[in-house]
Amino acid sequence: MCLGIPAKLETIDEASDEFFRTGKISFGGISRTVSLAMLSEAQPGDYVLVHAGIALSVISEEEARTVFEYLKESGELEEEGLPEEDI
Amino acid sequence: MKYLSEYRNAAVVKKLLTELQAIVTQPWMLMEICGGQTHSLVKNGILEMLPPEVTMVHGPGCPVCVTPASMIDKAVALAMRQEVVLCSFGDMVRVPGSRKSLQQARSEGGNLKIVYSPLDAVKLAQEHPEKEVIFFAVGFETTAPANALAVLQAAKQGLTNFSVLVSHVLVPPAMEAILSDRFNNINAFLGAGHVCTVMGLQEYYALAQKYRVPVVVTGFEPVDLLEGILLAVRQLETGRAAVENQYARVVRESGNEAAQAVIREVFEVADREWRGIGLIPQSGYRVREQYRQFDAEQKFGESAEVLFSETDTGCIAGEILRGLKKPAQCPHFGKACTPLYPLGAPMVSSEGACAAYFHFSQACEVTASPH
Ligand code: SF4
Repeated sequence: MCLGIPAKLETIDEASDEFFRTGKISFGGISRTVSLAMLSEAQPGDYVLVHAGIALSVISEEEARTVFEYLKESGELEEEGLPEEDI
Repeated sequence: MKYLSEYRNAAVVKKLLTELQAIVTQPWMLMEICGGQTHSLVKNGILEMLPPEVTMVHGPGCPVCVTPASMIDKAVALAMRQEVVLCSFGDMVRVPGSRKSLQQARSEGGNLKIVYSPLDAVKLAQEHPEKEVIFFAVGFETTAPANALAVLQAAKQGLTNFSVLVSHVLVPPAMEAILSDRFNNINAFLGAGHVCTVMGLQEYYALAQKYRVPVVVTGFEPVDLLEGILLAVRQLETGRAAVENQYARVVRESGNEAAQAVIREVFEVADREWRGIGLIPQSGYRVREQYRQFDAEQKFGESAEVLFSETDTGCIAGEILRGLKKPAQCPHFGKACTPLYPLGAPMVSSEGACAAYFHFSQACEVTASPH
């Protein structure tokens, strides 16, 4: 749960309240919504590191690929747990 | 096509090793804090490549490993309540409590849901007003922003059926506890890159100075780790004890200030019990009084019964997490204790030192014996 997941920020959804600011990311063919509450400088097209659903830093594309490869190889992607369906 | 970054280039690795060999003149013991780094060091065979003078020991930086059994017990007790949906990160569910893990609780009718983010749990609470949704908020500084934001969002939405069961721990107080232990023989630390993404480097300066110990914030790739080790050994050999940032391509000096502000808003620093280590003063977070209605412990007053002691099973996790012993020195390692049937937490998560060594020794046996 400690390692950030690298992803590309596709779009930003503006919210009325900064704590609810979100964006769509894609990584390894999966896309999901993450919080941008703590990364106001991120722009669509940027690569970001996401921790537990929160984007925390902007990184280079190369770094994103490096981290992604690392996670994939070490089996961390499964461990980070893509969410289960129901209650 | 496989992407091979410069951070695992064999020629660069070799060059760094040669440089390390050239400067090292005496034995040094280094500790990497982060379980992700432990995993990478073991998996990439870096421990075997190092000059004999340089020993790496593995620190307490695996949140799964240090969450006390008593907190698992609380989570289990809450999950068994009829109205509760207990949400957790996936890697916590197999960790043994004093009597059972969350997974066992689920098989006995407990309501457990694995989520990727605490914000998913907030959403669940919103969609199911008839349920009490509790998020098991564990982890180091990396998960604290998400857990704090979940509380803020729930507060702003006026949710009354969401709370967090907090077992948050912090890296610098653990380093200090290790350094002030009278058996300590750690000469330098590799700092956890992703923790510093959030908190920055500020907290390490006082530590480096007070204990005369180099701290090198380091990434996860083989080249990162070797470079981190080289920087630390160079400091030791030249009598310096400074904070250096090997991972500057991701970690900024001041960290993520917006995240720090959100954490400060919701949490305050408090004493915490670490599994296998014991109580460390001012080493974690608890929910501030102002947000107490979102604190599951306040809300449900659930108290754990028997406190589990690691010695009951002969698990030596405490000594491993403090860098005093290696997994192979545990009599249960690979025998009574395997990732499938873990006796202690360091065997559960791939970030745990015991699991990392177990997987690696398996891989070695396969390559060593062709039959
Ligand atoms: S091998 Fe198992 S029993 Fe031994 S220290 Fe590691 S987790 Fe504990």
